This record gives sequence, C-alpha cells and structure tokens, in this order.
Amino acid sequence: MKAFAELYAEIDARTGTNVKLAAIVRYLHAAEPADAAWAVYFLAGGKPRQLVPTRLLREQARLAAGLPEWLFDESYQAVGDLAETIALLLPPPTAPDTEHGLAFWVEEYLLPLRGLPPEELTPRLLDIWARLDTHGRLVCGKLLTGSFRVGVSRLTVTRALAAVAGVEAKRVAERMVGYTAIDARPTAADYHALIAPDSQDAFNPRASGQPYPFFLAHPLALPEESDPGEQLGTTDSWLAEWKWDGIRAQLVKRDSKMWLWSRGEELITERFPELAAMGEALPDGTVIDGEIVIWRDDRVQPFALLQQRIGRKNLTAKLLQELPAALLAYDLLEWRYADLRQQPQRERRTQLESLVRAIAQPTLHLSPLVMGESWAELAALRSESRERGVEGLMLKERESRYGVGRTRSDGIWWKWKIEPYSVDAVLIYAQRGHGRRASLYTDFTFAVWDKSPDAPDRRLVPFAKAYSGLSDAEFRQLDTIIRKTTVEKFGPVRSVTPTQLFELGFEGIAPSTRHKSGVAVRFPRMLRWRRDKPISEADTLETLRALLPPELRIR
Amino acid sequence: MKIDASPVAMPADPSRDLVVARPEGLYCPPGDFYIDPWRPVERALLTHAHSDHARTGSGHYLAAAPGASILRSRLGEIDLQTLPYGETIHHNGVAISFHPAGHVLGSAQIRLERGGRVWVASGDYKVEPEPTCAPFEPVRCDTFITESTFGLPIYRWRSNDELLAEINAWWRDNAAAGRASVLFCYALGKAQRLLHGLDPATGPIICHGAVETLNRVYRESGIALPPTRKVSEVEDRSVLRQALVLAPPSASGTTWLRRFPDHSDAFASGWMQLRGTRRRRGVDRGFVVSDHADWPGLLWAINATGAERVIVTHGQTHPLVRWLCEEAGLDAQSFETEYGDEEHDGETGEPSAVNDAVADLAGESEPVQTSNPATPGPAEPPPEER
Ligand SMILES: [Zn+2]
Ligand SMILES: [Zn+2]
Repeated sequence: MKAFAELYAEIDARTGTNVKLAAIVRYLHAAEPADAAWAVYFLAGGKPRQLVPTRLLREQARLAAGLPEWLFDESYQAVGDLAETIALLLPPPTAPDTEHGLAFWVEEYLLPLRGLPPEELTPRLLDIWARLDTHGRLVCGKLLTGSFRVGVSRLTVTRALAAVAGVEAKRVAERMVGYTAIDARPTAADYHALIAPDSQDAFNPRASGQPYPFFLAHPLALPEESDPGEQLGTTDSWLAEWKWDGIRAQLVKRDSKMWLWSRGEELITERFPELAAMGEALPDGTVIDGEIVIWRDDRVQPFALLQQRIGRKNLTAKLLQELPAALLAYDLLEWRYADLRQQPQRERRTQLESLVRAIAQPTLHLSPLVMGESWAELAALRSESRERGVEGLMLKERESRYGVGRTRSDGIWWKWKIEPYSVDAVLIYAQRGHGRRASLYTDFTFAVWDKSPDAPDRRLVPFAKAYSGLSDAEFRQLDTIIRKTTVEKFGPVRSVTPTQLFELGFEGIAPSTRHKSGVAVRFPRMLRWRRDKPISEADTLETLRALLPPELRIR
Repeated sequence: MKIDASPVAMPADPSRDLVVARPEGLYCPPGDFYIDPWRPVERALLTHAHSDHARTGSGHYLAAAPGASILRSRLGEIDLQTLPYGETIHHNGVAISFHPAGHVLGSAQIRLERGGRVWVASGDYKVEPEPTCAPFEPVRCDTFITESTFGLPIYRWRSNDELLAEINAWWRDNAAAGRASVLFCYALGKAQRLLHGLDPATGPIICHGAVETLNRVYRESGIALPPTRKVSEVEDRSVLRQALVLAPPSASGTTWLRRFPDHSDAFASGWMQLRGTRRRRGVDRGFVVSDHADWPGLLWAINATGAERVIVTHGQTHPLVRWLCEEAGLDAQSFETEYGDEEHDGETGEPSAVNDAVADLAGESEPVQTSNPATPGPAEPPPEER
C-alpha cells in the first residue's frame, strides 16, 4: 500500500507526462504482480463502487481527530478535498503497516467494508487509519468514497505497461479492454496477461467476450459562417450520420454468448435485456458498434429518459415497456470472426446494412445515413438536430479504417455538434473556488425571472451553476464586483445584489423535481458577460421551460 | 479590578486596554507608541524585519538587539534603538521588553506592563527550536496578541530534522542525476534556516543575491552557515550540475534561472501542506517548511502564556478565535491588521488567487465531461452561517 500511495503522491505532484510514465514504470517493475494488477486497474480509471457512506466516513474522521463540526468544515473548505482533509486531520498512525501490498489492502481491508452496518464499519475504519500514513490515508479515503482519480491518462498507463512488457502499446490497449469494469477483481494472472510477450498471447479471440478499443471522434470546430468544405473537401468523401445522445456501446457475439460493453468498458449486458435477447439472432463472431438509446414511437427519446432507465436497479416489465432501449448500429467491427477494422468505413457500412436487414431485430436499427449533396444542405439538416432529438452530425471519412481511441492515422471521425442552448441569466450567488484560502469567487449560481416583465412581484429563481467561460481578466473584475455587492455570507458562499447578466450556454435540459426552477441543465457555462443589458432583460422560467423537448414537457 | 500603581495619569481610553487597533497599526494608548505599524507614526516598536511588519517612514524605532542589523539592511537609515532580549525600558509609564519569538533572527514578542497588567504581542512566531534564531519563550501575560497564519488543524509540521533530511535526499538524488536543485524560499529567515541544515558534502551551494545579502548579516551575527557562492562567482560551470540553488520565489521564471539549464525545482513553505497549492506552484517538489507555528503550536503557545484574553491578528483569525472561545473557554477576539498581505516576504507563499482560479480553469481540475454524466444541479446556498 505504501508504495502505491507514494506512486499516487508522485503522479499527483508532477505535471510532465514523461515523468509520470517513468514513475509508473518504476512502480510496476518493483511491485508484486497482484499489487500491480490493482495499481493498473486504479490508474487506468477503474473504481470500485463506494465502500463506505461519505457521511459516516466524515463523521468518524471528525471524531477521531477530536474536532467540532464547524472546525472540520472550515478545514474541508480550506483543503477542498474530503479524503485529503481527513488524511491531514487524523492523529498520527499508531501501528504503521509497511508490510502489506495494495492487493492485500484492497481485498482484505477495503472491499469487505461494502454493505457493513455502521457499528461494524466504525472499528474497522479506525483500524485502517491506525495503519496508514498521510499518503496512504489519502489514497484509501478516495477508494472508500469511490472518488479515486489520478492525473494520468489511460494512454499513459498503456504506454507504461507496453514499456514493461516490451510489446506495442496498441496490443496492450486491446488487452486492457474490459480491465477496468466496475466489478472487476484483477489478479496477478490478469496482470501477467497484460504484459505477456506478444508471441505467447494466451488470448483466444474466438471464445473471448472482449470488445475492440473504441474509435473516438474529434470535435469539429469551424469558424462561424465558414464553409466546411475548406477543411473537409467535398461531401462525397464523407459519410454523415446523426450524432446520437445515448450510450456508446459494442455488442459482441462469440461462441454462442453475447456481451454488451459501454465506452467506459463496463459490461452492461444485464441492464439491457431487450438487447441481450438479439444475441440469438446474431451469428458467432460478430461485433457491432453503435449507440444505445431509448426508442419509442419510432424516434429517439431524450437522454434524460435513458438516464432514468440506467438509474433503476429493478428492471420491471413496466419499466422495460415504458422505456424500451434499442441499439442504433453504425459500424461492424467483426464478422464471422474476421476483424474488419482495417477495411474502409464504406465497406464496413455496406456489410453492416446487409446484416441488420437480414436479421431484422426490433431492437436493432441502422443509424441512418444523412444525405446531403452539399455542405450547405448538410448544414441545413444539422440545424434541425434539436427537433430530431440529436446533438448534431457525425462525419466519417469514407475511406477511414477503425482506429484506436483518438488516433488520426487511420482516418478521422468528426462530431459536428450544434450550438448549445442559451439563455440570459442573472448572477445571484458566488462561491469561492476550492482549495485555497485567499478567496476568489469562481463558482456562480444563475437565475431567471419567474414571471414576465409586466408582473408586479416577480422574483429570480436559481436554475444553474457555472464556473467556466470567462477570461482571467473578467474573472478578476467579477470578483471585485461580487465583493462590493455582497448581501450575505453563508460560509464560502455569498449572495449578491443581482446586477450582472450573463449569456449562459448548456447542452441539454430536463425537468427536475429536485430544483426549485423545475428544470436541470447539462454542462452549463458562461458564453458571454452581457454588460450591455440590464438584469430586467434576463430570460424567464417560461422561456426556459419552452426549451424542454416535447416528450419531457408533459411529465 | 487590579490597582493601577503607575505614577502617570490614567489613560483616556476607558477600556484600559494596553493595545488597541488603530488605522495606523496596533497602538498602546498609555505609552503612545505603535507596534509594527503599517503607516508612518512617531514611535514604532518592531517585532521583526519581514516587510509587512517592519516598514519605513516612522520617526523612532525600538526593536530587539539581535535583529538590529537585519532591520538596518532592510529599512536603511532609520532612527533605531535596540534592547537585548529580556531587558526592560520604561516609556510613559509602560514597561517594555522583548522576548524571543523563534520566527527569524532577532524576531521578538513584545511585552508591555502597566499597573500590574501584562500584554504580550507575539508578532510572528514558531515554537519548534532551530539553530538560526533564539527559540520561542512563552511569556506569562493577561492578554496575548497572537498571529494565526496557519490557524487550522490541517497544518501540523514535521520536525526540522525530518524536513532537512528530506531536502538533503532530494538534493543528493538530483546531484547524482547530474541536475541542479533549485529551492525557492523566502530570503529572510527561511533561506538561512535551510542553509544551516544543508549537507555541503553533496555539492556547491549557490545563493541568489537577495539571499546572499541576508546570509552576510546572519554570519555577522554569529550564525554558522555553510559556504555559499553567487552564481557569478562560479568559474567552472560544470559544478552547477551538483549545486543546490537557493532563490527567492520572485526569481522563478526570470532569466537568472537560465543559468541552470537542467534543474529540478522545489518550494519550501508551510503552504505546501496542501496538494492544491503545491500543484499550483508548478514545481517538482513542495517541502512543508514553515517559520510559523502550526495549529498545535499555536494552541500550545497560547496556553503557555496563561492569558485569559487572546487577540488574533492575522491569518486564519476566525477559526482560532472561535476555537479559543468555545473549546478553550478564553475571551478571544480579532484585530483587523495589514499583516500577512501579498508583499509579506515572510511566508505568504500562496500564489495569487487569480492565478489559482486560472490554473483550475485551464483544466487542472477533474475532467467533468464523461460520455454522459449526471445532470449537475444548481446550488442552493448553505442553510446557515458558519
Ligand atoms: Zn506576519
Ligand atoms: Zn514574519
């Protein structure tokens, strides 16, 4: 545990990718395979589910540190990270453990905590804390709350493994698929499989449920009013499709079994029984890439409904009927056990089309091609995205092969998204950024009016929080204004006299019972500071509600 | 009520406080003098030479004798009278004496006594003894005016020896790899404290001009420091690969640093305790070395004075005041002062808040957009004032 905690501290403190890579390689060389197996899992983004409720963890740490609640909170405010706060506040360890490795710690101390009643958790937590130093407590705290994150990309981890194994990073990337699934319990054998020499690859592709590494799209950023043709050439070298707002997934059918993998490489077969059912119809050795969506009345439903579906633990018949899922297929990666990824996009598309038609499954649809003779025509179609419930267009090079991750060498996929929604909103609360004492207000809460301008007693209703989109200079100016217009302070938050108007952008909107405004928006950010407009001209709740997709409005 | 035995008439101030906060600084009404004033005044008592505590422009200065040459080197020609630690001088019926604060060479707590009442103003202090200044001595008093730079329980320091061992190990690793070790720290106090604990067997020690000036003063005051050189005095440039370089934080990003092409950098400051500040500094290493008391140190020092009333001047004043009132049962309050602002070369090692925010926004914080994360909701303000 100590070695891994130190590796974490080292990666956390460093900025250069090469330094981080070297640190990981050093760790892997020195670690026991069982420990390395878990280390790779965590570094590559694997996370066990939350093991201990945050409230209990926080309360027990506070008691162990002998602090009143308010002082624990003040400390947390200054640090900005719960696991770090706890690590710093606990009294020094009484029985430091230098002997056990990461695997022992995860399997013997941490994972068994899940689901224990509070009276059993408490003594175990105290025991864990007694054995760990500050670094160890930080890492453990993050694992316990399911918030472990580390500043390395999966690619860096893959490269480190490739260096240790002496095989190509691409090969390692393929072996890594599925490695970080949420309930995985990586073992020494799994680690050995990752770093096995190329020749003795024990991997049997015909029996394995492994998907291929996903090929990812790049955002297409075009200057306003510009002609896409300047960057992309003629439309006939591209296949255009809608950009669906769902869950990217690969459906794998081999050896009479069927697996469904999300882009996060989580196995989600069981969550979508209606998709699993089509396994019967598919021939062995088939891998389809596509998007899972809720499909009803012959059209795609808003992402919010898919989210509701994912959020439910019990998939009742009623739920499956109300929120039926479908796979919109857009690529065929394997056919009769042959890897098609080196074939051009257009070829794969043709084969996909005949496959989907041949098996005619109610839950498998082709993601249709969007036909446009010119960029102007495509742009016009793209502008209808919102009505169609999609996020814009995907442009796939006809000749492109199916690459790995964000590579560009095999050809390119562009996502040509529509402009975000936008409303004019008033800043009403400001919160200090985390992790510093010298306070700068960087997190803002925005509101719209509850009634139209002619109503005599209208009020501002908060609906979104945003903390990005301004320049450094603007942040500084805004900070000064906030300090001057503060009405009240609530801990790190200040309410201000409403004086500032902003154009706020967001990607999606859904009804919400949790929020006073009755709506929740996705990815809100500040598009522009409207110093030219008085706050009376801010938008109203009515304008906001009008943006709700029609399917969601009645609910 | 205690009897005022002073021959001088009662001060006009009905509260009879020996120190009050005025726009110019901390003021002693019966004595008619200021302690560490931030505006020019007639008479100023100084606790130490850091620039937010010692400012030019006042008429007469009184300070502890061991700090005299540092004060002169920083403030230039001033009318300065000094007093050895522990000796008393009377002014307008107030007995004044200076006592070691353990912060930097010559730093002092100022004890004031009048009519049986004793007040002590701490200035900045640290409680762990180290070899480059006289160790902190608790002084019994009725009212203690304390700093609170690191007044939160998240601040707990490791021992001076452990920290120095860590820094020496870092230097050795770098020297073995053939790269210079650039250590940023404040020029007055911190630099000399580190210097004293460095292992000169590892390689040459190069000091930035701002540090070297103060090294001279320390050496003249009898503090043993290992030999140091300015980079301009190094003829054989190849030795720089084994060198440890001490520089003030202001040297970061300047052309001066280009003389050490291949180097690892580190910052030594109490603020390095937090990962956030460490990362925002953008250095390879952060060493948690402070010349201020940590949380246990503050509580220990306050308790050791026996004071029933405590006034907190700068840093984390709010948590310390609340703790003292609620948990220690003391009469505690705070004074608004101008100590510890950005120009404080003592230890305000935090980069400006704006830069912090910008660093965060530049994407250092966690990636928010996974493929389809949960809807972020608007914040309701916390229900109650803390
Ligand atoms: Zn100070
Ligand atoms: Zn100071």
